[in-house]
Amino acid sequence: MKSVRVIPCLDVDKGRVVKGVNFVDIRDAGDPVELASRYDQQGADEVIFLDITASSERRDTTVEMARRAAEELFIPFTVGGGVRSVEDARSLLRVGADKVGINSAAVERPDVVGEIAAEFGSQCVVVAIDVKRQDGLARGGSDVPSGFEVFVHGGRTPTGIDAVAWAIEVAERGAGELLLTSMDGDGTRDGYDNVLNRAVSNAVNIPVIASGGVGTLQHLVEGVTQGGADAVLAASIFHFGEHTIADAKQHMLNAGLVLRPPD
Amino acid sequence: MPTIAVIDYGIGNLRSAEKALTRAGADARLTNDPAAISAADGVVLPGVGNFGRCIQRLHDEGLADATRAATISGRPFLGICVGMQMLFESSDESPDVPGLGVLPGRVELLPDTVKRPQMQWNPISTTAPHIVTRDLDGTWMYFVHSYAVTATTAVLATCDYGAKVVAVAGRDQIVATQFHPEKSGRHGMKLLQNFVGQTEQS
Repeated sequence: MKSVRVIPCLDVDKGRVVKGVNFVDIRDAGDPVELASRYDQQGADEVIFLDITASSERRDTTVEMARRAAEELFIPFTVGGGVRSVEDARSLLRVGADKVGINSAAVERPDVVGEIAAEFGSQCVVVAIDVKRQDGLARGGSDVPSGFEVFVHGGRTPTGIDAVAWAIEVAERGAGELLLTSMDGDGTRDGYDNVLNRAVSNAVNIPVIASGGVGTLQHLVEGVTQGGADAVLAASIFHFGEHTIADAKQHMLNAGLVLRPPD
Repeated sequence: MPTIAVIDYGIGNLRSAEKALTRAGADARLTNDPAAISAADGVVLPGVGNFGRCIQRLHDEGLADATRAATISGRPFLGICVGMQMLFESSDESPDVPGLGVLPGRVELLPDTVKRPQMQWNPISTTAPHIVTRDLDGTWMYFVHSYAVTATTAVLATCDYGAKVVAVAGRDQIVATQFHPEKSGRHGMKLLQNFVGQTEQS
């Protein structure tokens, strides 16, 4: 039986949650581990921490966060951001992270995907792909056949790489899962780019996490029914207390999806 | 408080299993010391990644004999994920590397009809009673694997993923889970509590 996962995502800068949160009864709304633990209690299937710290002291802070997360969470969690090597991955996995997310580093040096997979197994390699629709002209130097182009550095830098071809390549190189973010949709609350999700999901045989643009609980359903996603990621609808994870799961169950019910 | 030796042979994420067993009421310690493994009240063999690589590491660390000895010692023994698969005779993932052969059967690639790895929650159906799976029929557990046992006489629970996959195998005091109880929320915690409780009784 195939089931869908609901994954809240926390953007973390220097050990603190960015974007802010709005839980009334939380002690420290900026602590990523306390927030993640709350999501665990609400029935989240996994948690993803994305470290957006742009500094060299990043690693120690991130490893410490992963260590604390491993003590508090009894569901799987992924740490992404700044993972560039087998050693970066090792430092996170060793303290208890289940998976590492690789994004720009994979584009710059694709071999790193296979290196981490060979050392620790594909199951812990999540390749994050940030995508924009091309608006006619190629911005990265060449046209991409699918019309979906890979961007790096938080969506600022076009690469000229076709997102669907890239998804196939990283899957062959040993990625265990794809975190597919529509940069067009990110922050719009208009819903996922399900044409993108469908194109990638049909092209690979590894799980795809849909990300970018969720504004309503119905958008989570559409990521699965229209986009063919294996997991749905959202941030702000959960952080701002509009919906609990349990609300989201109940809505998805009511829509006929198969997933682990909330307690 | 019962002591649980979590066999540390230098692979991936072992910390989670140790933390979860501690939460479940055990004095759990990662160890690569054969004496500590033979002295503990219960033994856990975790495992992630490649089957052949895990078996090789276990041999390289000089822990294969201590592991096998623990399975026949009469003390409670729990294999998790690849730690489960290693207890069987062989795996299609590494055909040239023999498993520990503690349980009968072969580990096979999941069918082409489903995504690999199975990386999701899936409910388990218990097929034979065991103290470690008590009260857990129908509960959802977290699976991450591309290979699985589908045929063994030592089946305790199954899940459905393209085929009937053995979710829990075991006999007597040996139990092995394809899923990760330490990552399966409160039901996974319940399984670990059952395991620790069994240790206290033995």
